[in-house]
Amino acid sequence: MKIKSEKDFWSGLMFVAVGVGFAWGATSYSFGSSARPGPAYFPFGLGIIMAVLGAIILFKALTIEVEGGDPVGGIAWRPLGIVVGAVALFGVLLPWLGMYIALPLLVVTTALAGDEFHWGEAIANAVLLTVFSWVIFIWGLNLTIPLLPSFIK
Amino acid sequence: MNELITNLSLGFSVAFTLQNLAYAFGGCLLGTLIGVLPGLGPVATIAMLLPSIYALDATPALIMLAGIYYGAQYGGSTTAILINVPGESSSVVTAIDGYAMARRGRAGAALAAAGLGSFFAGCVGTLIIAAFAPPLTEVAFKFGPAEYFSLMVLGLIGAVVLASGSLVKAIAMIILGLLLGQINTDVISGVPRYSFDIPELTDGISFVGIAMGVFGFGEIISNLGRPAEHREVFTKDVKGLWPTRKDFQEAWPAVLRGTALGSILGILPGGGALLSSFASYTLEKKITKNPRVPFGQGAIQGVAGPESANNAGAQTSFIPMLTLGIPPNAVMALMVGAMTIKGIQPGPQVMTSNPDLFWGLIASMWIGNAMLIVLNLPLIGIWIKLLTVPYRFLFPAIVVFCGIGLYTLNNNNFDIFMAAGFGVVGYFFYKLGCEPAPLLLGFILGPMMEENLRRALLLSRGEWSTFMTRPLSAALLIAAALMIVVVMLPAIRSKREVAFKDAD
Repeated sequence: MKIKSEKDFWSGLMFVAVGVGFAWGATSYSFGSSARPGPAYFPFGLGIIMAVLGAIILFKALTIEVEGGDPVGGIAWRPLGIVVGAVALFGVLLPWLGMYIALPLLVVTTALAGDEFHWGEAIANAVLLTVFSWVIFIWGLNLTIPLLPSFIK
Repeated sequence: MNELITNLSLGFSVAFTLQNLAYAFGGCLLGTLIGVLPGLGPVATIAMLLPSIYALDATPALIMLAGIYYGAQYGGSTTAILINVPGESSSVVTAIDGYAMARRGRAGAALAAAGLGSFFAGCVGTLIIAAFAPPLTEVAFKFGPAEYFSLMVLGLIGAVVLASGSLVKAIAMIILGLLLGQINTDVISGVPRYSFDIPELTDGISFVGIAMGVFGFGEIISNLGRPAEHREVFTKDVKGLWPTRKDFQEAWPAVLRGTALGSILGILPGGGALLSSFASYTLEKKITKNPRVPFGQGAIQGVAGPESANNAGAQTSFIPMLTLGIPPNAVMALMVGAMTIKGIQPGPQVMTSNPDLFWGLIASMWIGNAMLIVLNLPLIGIWIKLLTVPYRFLFPAIVVFCGIGLYTLNNNNFDIFMAAGFGVVGYFFYKLGCEPAPLLLGFILGPMMEENLRRALLLSRGEWSTFMTRPLSAALLIAAALMIVVVMLPAIRSKREVAFKDAD
């Protein structure tokens, strides 16, 4: 067995795993009958269909020759880690430190994900976006967002 | 006919209020802006704005969101022509001949052909919506749960057969979306499903979180993972906006054909701007005998046709969303979400229960198109300047607006974490060649589909045959099956692959 299409192989595997997972999870709810379908009826069916589709993709990935082998290619760990990390950090800090601190921090940390990073530019961008966000969301739309750290108030 | 006029005059009276004009203008302006900025599309933008529409009334909110969608079609062509980077996927084919025209120093004529063609198409598209929406609504009222279920099957299948890439993968993505929609509290029995005892999950995953995660964060990560492109901007050459007589003669038949094609394709499930522009380019290439300039080297038909088609398609794709509550593409899925946020149940009853919203929205599209032509042609210089904004300033801004939007959704940081997670998922979809738009459609339709399926089965006492014995439902399901069969046919399959390859 040789993998003919790498992308399809992994996506097929993902569909099978998620499909089986949902179908298996559905078994803990009442299935009902066709005449009175319970909460498990629809997700169980869908999970099975998805697992079957995943199996078809997987089968094709192992049998049908694809030019170049459709490689998944390198994963951009740096932007992936930084962008997701910066967003998650923002989620943790916003209720605690407030927008005036968490937001500029988000801009600067996110900017680190790019190929080119200059401190001056990142800080200027952070100031600009914080002011802009204040004008739109606080002043304009009147949304309730914590502004100052919770321990100062 | 009389009714059409009464309806449209109601619409214009709503759309011409100062507030609604302002929101239409805001939407068009923002739409053009994101259309011009590569790497930021209408899906991510509308998702970013969804949390802020809590503060607005339903009508201005939808008018603004609609403006973003069709405004992006105008803006997208500008970048396609000037820097060979389509701002929107629907402008991919415009880049072929538009950029070639720009290199020959005819950027002005290309921009004018695109703008005027889009304006004409937008006006026609608006009229078509006004004329066809009421009869379709009538039909929709005859639908029972079985028909609704079958219609959603057809809508979802249609949405993927016409899209690019592997069909099986796209269908699997729909089902993944449907399954994610199952993470909620079952409406009938009240049992929380797949919540793992996390209270936030019993209300379901917010689709804003999925949309921002996959289309916002996921896209940023994949953009940053690619090596930066070198861009050449033809800014100095934009002089003499007005096309020559010869240009007009060549362009107007292409505009008419593009408008007709786009209007039809927009109504189909899965249609909309993207498909229309591809189809129109293929048609122009076939139909134009001995073009003055060969296609691919700056033929004005290759700009005027697809640009008219994508705008007509963008307009008429509102028809299934407004009359049936079934979104034909990802943007319309977000519009359905926006309606739900504002407490309006999308479906055929919108026209009678919210006539102000319905007709006001339609009328605002015509006004919006008129605003766009002014925004885009005389003010082209401003947009060109924006092209020089580097992506490294842009993506932190997208992340910031998403972050704040996610927090204000429920005044809770749970959605921020959720979206961060979906950012990772979205990046892996991109890496594995799985198109994420069908997932969003499935996610939006999932709960509705389940409810209708269960109600249909309840009514038929558990007989699955109900879907085939009711004629309307059977016809819809057969149409869906036919679509799959036709696409699977070897002859069509190879053509489909070639057609999408042309775009790359």
